[in-house]
Amino acid sequence: MSSPILKLIAQRIALGILLLLAISVLIFAGTQILPGDVAQAILGQSATPESLANLREQLGLNDPAYVRYFHWLGGVLTGNLGTAMSSGQDIATSIKGRLWNTLFLAFWAAIVAVPLAIILGLIAVRYRNGWVDKLISGLALASTSFPEFFIGYVLVYFFAVKWQIFPGISTVYEGMPFGERMQAIALPATALTLVVLAHMMRMTRAAILNVMQSAYVETAELKGLSAFNVIRKHAFPNAIAPIINVVMLNLAYLIVGVVVVEVIFVYPGMGQYLVDHVTKRDVPVVQAVGLIFAAVYISLNIIADIAAIIANPRLRHPK
Amino acid sequence: MSNELEFLSRRVAAGKLSRRDFLGRAAALGIAAPFANSLLSSAARAAGPVKGGTLKAGLVGGESTNSLDPALMMTQVPFAFGKCWGEMIVELSPDGKLENRIAEEIGSSDDAKTWTLKIRDGVEFHNGKTVTAEDVAATLERHSDEKSKSGALGYMKGIATIKASGKEVVLTLKEANADLPYLLSDYHLIVQPNGGKDKPDAGISAGPYVVKTNEPGVRHGGERFANYWQGDKMGHADQIEVIVINDATARTAALQGGQVNMINRVEPKIVDLIKRVPGVTIRNHAGPGHYVFIMHCNTAPFDNNDLRMALKLAIDREEMLTKVLRGYGSLGNDFPINSSYPLFTEIEQRKYDPDKAKFHYKKSGHDGTVLLRTSDVAFPGAVDASQLFQQSAAKAGIKIELKREPGDGYWNEVWNKQPFCASYWGGRSTQDQMYSTAYLSTADWNDTRFKRPDFDKMVLAARAELDEAKRKQMYHDMAVLVRDEGGLILPMFNQFIDATGAKVDGWVDDPHQELMNGYALAKCWLQA
Repeated sequence: MSSPILKLIAQRIALGILLLLAISVLIFAGTQILPGDVAQAILGQSATPESLANLREQLGLNDPAYVRYFHWLGGVLTGNLGTAMSSGQDIATSIKGRLWNTLFLAFWAAIVAVPLAIILGLIAVRYRNGWVDKLISGLALASTSFPEFFIGYVLVYFFAVKWQIFPGISTVYEGMPFGERMQAIALPATALTLVVLAHMMRMTRAAILNVMQSAYVETAELKGLSAFNVIRKHAFPNAIAPIINVVMLNLAYLIVGVVVVEVIFVYPGMGQYLVDHVTKRDVPVVQAVGLIFAAVYISLNIIADIAAIIANPRLRHPK
Repeated sequence: MSNELEFLSRRVAAGKLSRRDFLGRAAALGIAAPFANSLLSSAARAAGPVKGGTLKAGLVGGESTNSLDPALMMTQVPFAFGKCWGEMIVELSPDGKLENRIAEEIGSSDDAKTWTLKIRDGVEFHNGKTVTAEDVAATLERHSDEKSKSGALGYMKGIATIKASGKEVVLTLKEANADLPYLLSDYHLIVQPNGGKDKPDAGISAGPYVVKTNEPGVRHGGERFANYWQGDKMGHADQIEVIVINDATARTAALQGGQVNMINRVEPKIVDLIKRVPGVTIRNHAGPGHYVFIMHCNTAPFDNNDLRMALKLAIDREEMLTKVLRGYGSLGNDFPINSSYPLFTEIEQRKYDPDKAKFHYKKSGHDGTVLLRTSDVAFPGAVDASQLFQQSAAKAGIKIELKREPGDGYWNEVWNKQPFCASYWGGRSTQDQMYSTAYLSTADWNDTRFKRPDFDKMVLAARAELDEAKRKQMYHDMAVLVRDEGGLILPMFNQFIDATGAKVDGWVDDPHQELMNGYALAKCWLQA
C-alpha cells in the first residue's frame, strides 16, 4: 500500500471527524431551538416557580449555551452521554441494547439485500432490455414504491395472521435463543430488504451499463469471452465505486431510517427510542441518538469513499 | 365446529345472546338441538380458574421513558403491569363498591375528618418481609411529598397527618372528605416496602406477580408470587407478560396470530371486522371517559352564557356517536358524570335543536365566526367530530372555523390555554374527584375556567356529607349547574374496547378502567 492512498484515507477520516464536530454543533443548536423550556417539559403541569428555578439550576440551564455545549461535548468524548431526564436512566446503557438490536436487524437485512441486489443487477445487465430485465426492474421498483408500512402490513397479514409462519411482532430481548431471534426478525428484515433492494439493484445495473459502452468491454467481447465473464471480469470491477456508494447509503438507511418498520413490528431499536424521547422533550437522549446516527452515517460514507479510492486502479498503482 | 357456531356459543358464554336464541341460530345452521346443547355447555362451562400457562397482553400506551416508580405511572402499560405486581390499600370492585385489600377495615369519625385503616395480617412483600402499618403510612407520605412528583399528589394534599401505630394507620384530613377510601384506590398508591422511599422504582410490592423483566417500552414480565395472600382469586397463570404494541394494526394482528391473549384499545371502526375472527372476543363496556369540546367561561366570546348554550344546542350528539364511535359509547349531556359513577342521577337529555340554538345565538349578540381548535390527538376521531360539529352548527346559523393544530405540543400549547378546543377526559372514580380536578375555581386543570364560588361551596359541602340521599341530591344540583351554565360541551362518553383471544376465561367487565380495571392479566386464566 503506497503513501498517496494512505494520505487520501487519512484526509477522509480527518474530514469525517471535522464533519461530526460540525454536526454536533448543529444538533446542540437544534435542540436549543426546540420550543418549550426543558425544565417546564420535565415538571409539566405541576410546575411551581421555585421547582422550575431549582431544576434549571440543577440542569445547568442558566449557563450560556456555549458553556453547556462544551460541557456536553466533553461528556460525549469521555463516553458519558448523561442521564435521561424522563426516566433517570443512564443513556449509554439504555442505548447500547437498542443500538445492538438495530445493528442486528440491519446486518441481517443487508446480508440478504446486498448480494441479492447486486446479483439481480448483474442478471439485469446480462439480459438487458429483455423480459428478464424488465421483470426484475419492475418488481424491484414496485416493492420500493410501496410505502414501508404497506409492505409491513401485507407481510404481517399473510405470514403472521393467515399462515402463522412467522410472528407478527418482533420483540427481541437479551438472552433470546439465536433461532428464535432470527425467526422474530424474519418479517422486518424482509420488509427492509424489499425497501432497499431496488435502489441498489438499479444503481448496479446503471453503473455496469455505463462501463459496458467502453472500448475495452468491446475488446473483451471480441476476444470471445462469454457475456457473464465480460461483466464479471471487466465491467463490474470498474463499476464498483458507484455501487459501493449506493450500498453504503442503503446500509446507513437500514440503521437510521427504520422507525416505521420498528413501530409496525414492535422491534425495540433506536428509532422507537428516539421518537419516544422527542415527544417527551428529553433533550440529552435526542442529542445522543442524533450524534450516533450522524456518526453511523458519516463512517459508512467514509468507508464508501475509501473503498472507492482503493478500487480505483489509478490510485492503487501511481506512476 | 363452524366458526359461526363457535362465535355464537362464545356470545352466549359472554351473556350477549340468550340460550334460546342460540339454539334457534344453531338450528338455522343445520345443527341438531342435542349437539348444540352440548356445545353450549362446553363453551359456557365455568369450572373455575385453571392454573398454569403464560398469559400475554399486547398493549398500547408504553414508552421507553416509563419507570416502575408507581408515583410516575401515567399511561396504560405501567398501569396494567402495576396491577400485576402491586398491591393496593383498597380497590374498587367491578360492581362499583369498595373492596378492602391491604386495609382490612376502614373507619371514619362522624365528621369524616379522621380515618383509620386497619392493616391486614399476613400479607407478604415479594422480598419476604411482612406488610406493616409503617409501610402503608410511608407509601402515603411519599405520595404526599411534592418531590415524588406523584400522579396522586392532587388528592394527597388534602391529608394533614399520617400516623402509624401498631396495626393501624390514622389519617387526619385538612377538610372533611367522605370519599377518602375511593381516593385511596388511586392506581398510583401501590404499597411498597418503606413506601418506596429507599428505591422508588424497585418494583417490589405484594401483588400476585413478581417482576421478572422490565424493559420499558418493550416488554414487562412477571412470575407468580408463591406467597400471594389471595392466591385463589388472582395470579392464575404461571407467568404474565405485557408486550408494548403501540401500533393498532400490529396489535390486532398479534391477537389474531395468537402471539398475545388480549389487547386494549380496539378501534371502533374495526370492531365489527375482528369480532368475527375465530377465537376473538370483543370486550366492550361503558366507563367514565368522555370526549369534549371546552370553552373558557371567562374569555370572550365564551363569557356569554347564551353563546355557550347556543353551541351546546348546535351539536348533533347522536350523529357523532354513530359516526365517530360507531355506537361504542353513550350520549353525553354536558356534565362529566355518567352511570359508571356512584350516586349518579339522570337528567333530561339535551338534544340537537338548531332553532333554539339560533335563538340563543341571536340573543348573545355575537357576530362572525367562532374558532375551534382541534387535533388528532385530542381524542380518536376528533377532527371528524369537529367537522360534524361545524356542519350541524352551520344549520343553526353559527359559523365555526376549524383550526387543526399539530399533535405534538397540543397538550402544552392548546389544551387549557386556548379558549375553545377539543379534548378528552379519562374520568375519575368518584364525582367529587371529577369535579375537584376540573371544575373547582382553584383547580389547575379547570379547563373550562368555570369559576363559581357557589359551585365550589357545593363541592365542599357534598364532600363532607355522609348521608347518601342528601349527597345524591347535591351532586344532582351540581350537575345541573355545570350542564346549563358551564363551558363544557360533552357529546359522548366512549367505551373501553378490549379484545381477548381463544381460551381466555375469567373476564369480568369492570366500569372503572380498561382491561378489567387493569386486572385482566391477574384475574383471567387460560382454559386447559
